[in-house]
Amino acid sequence: MLRYFLLRLGSLIATLVVASLVIFFVLEVVPGDPASYMLGINASEETLQALRQELGLNLSPPLRYLSWISGLVTGDFGTSYTYRTPVAGMISDRLWISLPLAIYALLISIVIAFPAGVFSAARRGSGFDTGIMGATQLGIAIPNFWFAMMLVFFFAIKLHWFSAGGFPGWDQGVLNGLKSLTLPAIALALPQASILARVLRSSLLDVLNEDYLRTARAKGLTRKQAIIRHALRNAMIPVLTIIGLQFSFLLAGAIIIENVFFLPGLGRLVFQSIAQRDLIVVESVLMLLVFAVVMVTFAVDVMYAWVDPRMRGRRK
Amino acid sequence: MTKPSNTTGFKKLLPGLILVALFFLAAVLSYLWTPYEVDSIDIKNRMALPNMQHWFGTDHFGRDIFSMLMVGARTSIAVAFIAVGIGVIVGVPLGLCAAAWQGRWLDELIMRSNDLIFAFPALLIAIMITAVFGPGAVNAIIAIGIFNIPVFARLTRSGAMALWAREYILAARVAGKNTVQISVEHILPNILNLLIVQATIQFSLGILAEAALSYVGLGAQPPVPSWGRMLADSQTLISIAPHLALFPGLVIVLTVLGLNLLGDGLRDWMDPQLRRQRS
Repeated sequence: MLRYFLLRLGSLIATLVVASLVIFFVLEVVPGDPASYMLGINASEETLQALRQELGLNLSPPLRYLSWISGLVTGDFGTSYTYRTPVAGMISDRLWISLPLAIYALLISIVIAFPAGVFSAARRGSGFDTGIMGATQLGIAIPNFWFAMMLVFFFAIKLHWFSAGGFPGWDQGVLNGLKSLTLPAIALALPQASILARVLRSSLLDVLNEDYLRTARAKGLTRKQAIIRHALRNAMIPVLTIIGLQFSFLLAGAIIIENVFFLPGLGRLVFQSIAQRDLIVVESVLMLLVFAVVMVTFAVDVMYAWVDPRMRGRRK
Repeated sequence: MTKPSNTTGFKKLLPGLILVALFFLAAVLSYLWTPYEVDSIDIKNRMALPNMQHWFGTDHFGRDIFSMLMVGARTSIAVAFIAVGIGVIVGVPLGLCAAAWQGRWLDELIMRSNDLIFAFPALLIAIMITAVFGPGAVNAIIAIGIFNIPVFARLTRSGAMALWAREYILAARVAGKNTVQISVEHILPNILNLLIVQATIQFSLGILAEAALSYVGLGAQPPVPSWGRMLADSQTLISIAPHLALFPGLVIVLTVLGLNLLGDGLRDWMDPQLRRQRS
């Protein structure tokens, strides 16, 4: 187990290093000189030089990479080109919206998908099953940002149950904050819940055919007990992978949904920064999201190997 | 395990086929005819509700929504189709190589690079590309295409690896064929079914991704009509003219639904054993 853990940790670090190189190369080396973007074409050579000096752009790319990375590790994400404030602060403010939104959506997705998946597997072929499967087909096909717009139309504009967008801030009370994240979270959760319900159903159906389930029934468990005690546990492995994957989709998907609801999260920050060519902010947000994706995958892999020794030798 | 009958396959295949055919037909037809010119502005008639003249109503410039949706279908098809093409053309040979020399350094390299791309959700790739090169349909294609490569590489590798253990491959080897010949002549035709089904699914994901990218302004730029941008334009008007948002959304849903049904139906029809493998 320790050997597996160390191997996975090694490949995790390698992935992060290569990913950071890719991001740095694409965003720093390719586009040329941010100083001249910022000052426009009429800037004098001296002002340009001074700005480059200030931003550390006159160093060679490898040195700049090293200072960026060592900054990321120590929590110093550099200074925004546009706002001249620390990027770390800008990101952590926004993270307080995007992260709760992703977690909220994941919870909604799990709460919907579990009963739907378990009941449709248990009553395979019934009207309920057909209904759920049809609904999930539709859920996968609906673009979440359009669903978000429809939610705004019905629940904010027509019924006035929620506000159409914006965020009051957590200092206005946790409940108010959660309320304004509810419609975005539902919109984000819908496609993920559909996928999760389908995976859970098919994974359960596979397990329901296993001999040990027949044994469980033979020793006197009811069907319900057998499903809850034996089938569900064994069906969890693919379900866990999907939940892990979904967290990263949700974090990335939040970028789009935040636009529908005018939430000041990471997504808004990224688009603003792109428009203002504040590439150092884009760079750090991308790295942070990649870090989150890789860490979650790593955590899921290690959890498996811990739960199921068969997984240790296998590559995913 | 109950066997799926052929009828369950057709139950999905037929509606899927009809929806997809309609959508392709609209795109092709838009080159020859649309009810109105997509750039003809008619301010007097703006935001008209659906009526006999304008079947889906008009937008905030008085342009005919039905015509715009027809032309928008071209953008969606082109972006999704080329993006899937990139995934197939790059990913399938990589997967074949990885399987042919499995466990060697090449396999290791290909699979590790795949893992790397998986760490970047498609949207992040798109953001990275557009941050540097600016938004546009081509950049959207590249972003979605890059994301498709590992999908096809993995699928090809796992499909091909199962075949390499078969006896007829050994027979081909004895007959003097080299690894490349076997991969192309014997492995590839046998995983074609798998690839076609996956391509249909990736196509539908490509349509969704294109719509999302255009919606946030990273995809096709004006004046090229696109479903995602029609939705973005309609957003601020949703309280006064909800039909502007309704129709483009419904068209996306029906198209994606059609492609998914087609993919599922094809899989059941071509190979019942593949059923339920998709997650």
